[in-house]
Amino acid sequence: MVAIIDYGVGNLFSLQSSFAAIGEKAVVTADPEVIAKADRLILPGVGAFEDAAKKLRESGMAEVVKREVKNGKPIMGICLGMQMLLDKSYEYGEHEGLGLIHGSVRPIADVIDPSLKIPHIGWNRLIVKKQSPLFKYLKDGDCVYFVHSYYAAECDDVTAVAEYSAELTASVERENVYGCQFHPEKSGDVGLKILKAFCEI
Amino acid sequence: MITKRIIPCLDVRNGRVVKGVNFEGLNDVASPVELAQYYSSCGADELVFYDITASAEGRALFTDILTETAKKVFIPLTVGGGINTVADFDRVLKCGADKVSVNSGAIRNPDLIGEAAKLYGDQCVVISADVKRVDGVFRVFAKGGRENTGMEAIGWIKRCVDNGAGEVVLNSIDTDGVKGGFDLEMLEAVSNAVSVPVIASGGAGKIEDFITLFKTLPKVDAGLAASIFHFGEVKIADLKAEMARNGIPTRV
Repeated sequence: MVAIIDYGVGNLFSLQSSFAAIGEKAVVTADPEVIAKADRLILPGVGAFEDAAKKLRESGMAEVVKREVKNGKPIMGICLGMQMLLDKSYEYGEHEGLGLIHGSVRPIADVIDPSLKIPHIGWNRLIVKKQSPLFKYLKDGDCVYFVHSYYAAECDDVTAVAEYSAELTASVERENVYGCQFHPEKSGDVGLKILKAFCEI
Repeated sequence: MITKRIIPCLDVRNGRVVKGVNFEGLNDVASPVELAQYYSSCGADELVFYDITASAEGRALFTDILTETAKKVFIPLTVGGGINTVADFDRVLKCGADKVSVNSGAIRNPDLIGEAAKLYGDQCVVISADVKRVDGVFRVFAKGGRENTGMEAIGWIKRCVDNGAGEVVLNSIDTDGVKGGFDLEMLEAVSNAVSVPVIASGGAGKIEDFITLFKTLPKVDAGLAASIFHFGEVKIADLKAEMARNGIPTRV
């Protein structure tokens, strides 16, 4: 069973539906007991880093997540959920993250060609940098759906990037901690296969 | 490189797709859920569901359809039609929409875009504008293109983007339904005025119209159409193959 961590951020309807589509039971929950029983965790997130990180702490979910990760449970952060796995973010100030992946979250404006649009929105090709169990079913040229204005920088745990005049971090991995900047639940069959691969870890 | 998006638009009335003909392997072309699944499997990058229902019953049916679709289709879904308040945003986002497009609602209440953007983020708010030339000036039309608001279009669209609209759908009334190609002049004017993605709508009749659009105006991010996809005049798989052959970044 997959526990989608509910800390009051974002719309989890599609995420839950996408697990149903691959025949995997997923519950949206903030119950530490349910989370403890789950085989794997999803840390979702949309919106602003500061607000989401605050809600994650105040709901007690930050501690629960850290404990489960320490126990070796696989976790996947998605979009802002991925960014929160990192040490810190420079989105409107400086804010502390979960510190499960080393690196910091910085504006894509720092690195991309100024003529390009922000956010980086749409389908872009995944360029694999390091093999990952998440990419078990991935084919060369597969595209996934992105919507973001910040990216994981100064990170040694990057497994894939997307090219947008600069290489933007698309996914990260350190031991049992996984993260996708893109939305697998909005990335068609490719996205579903990434979720399936996560469920097979 | 980010790919150019191809977006079929489905008009839904009382829970059924308004235009639709025969598709191979599709039993019920008037079922929005089935048609959405079909388009997704053909390579559509995104879908727009446009609610053209007037009644409350029709509206409830629409959200049921949306929920059913979002359970089965895993590409971005944009919803438009009858979006007048933040509560309307809430209603469709809860049913699985990713983006919400506003048109007349924003004309009636220009604060709507800002309020929605603050709550759900800029990426969620799409300004859809119906624009027509009147005495050589681009004017915004309301009520499905029937009423001239008198507002100058480029200024209006810029204002919407400044207020938080994260994407623009530009529908040219002048080229809509003519099938002679997109309104490149109007699209260029809008693309030069805003820094958010611009989606071209109105006028596509054949594959070459999309190729011309993306080649002539690299700043345009997506092409939207309805009947040519529904009537099978343009097949999305063929269109994308042709785009790729022409060196246009495409998800195939």
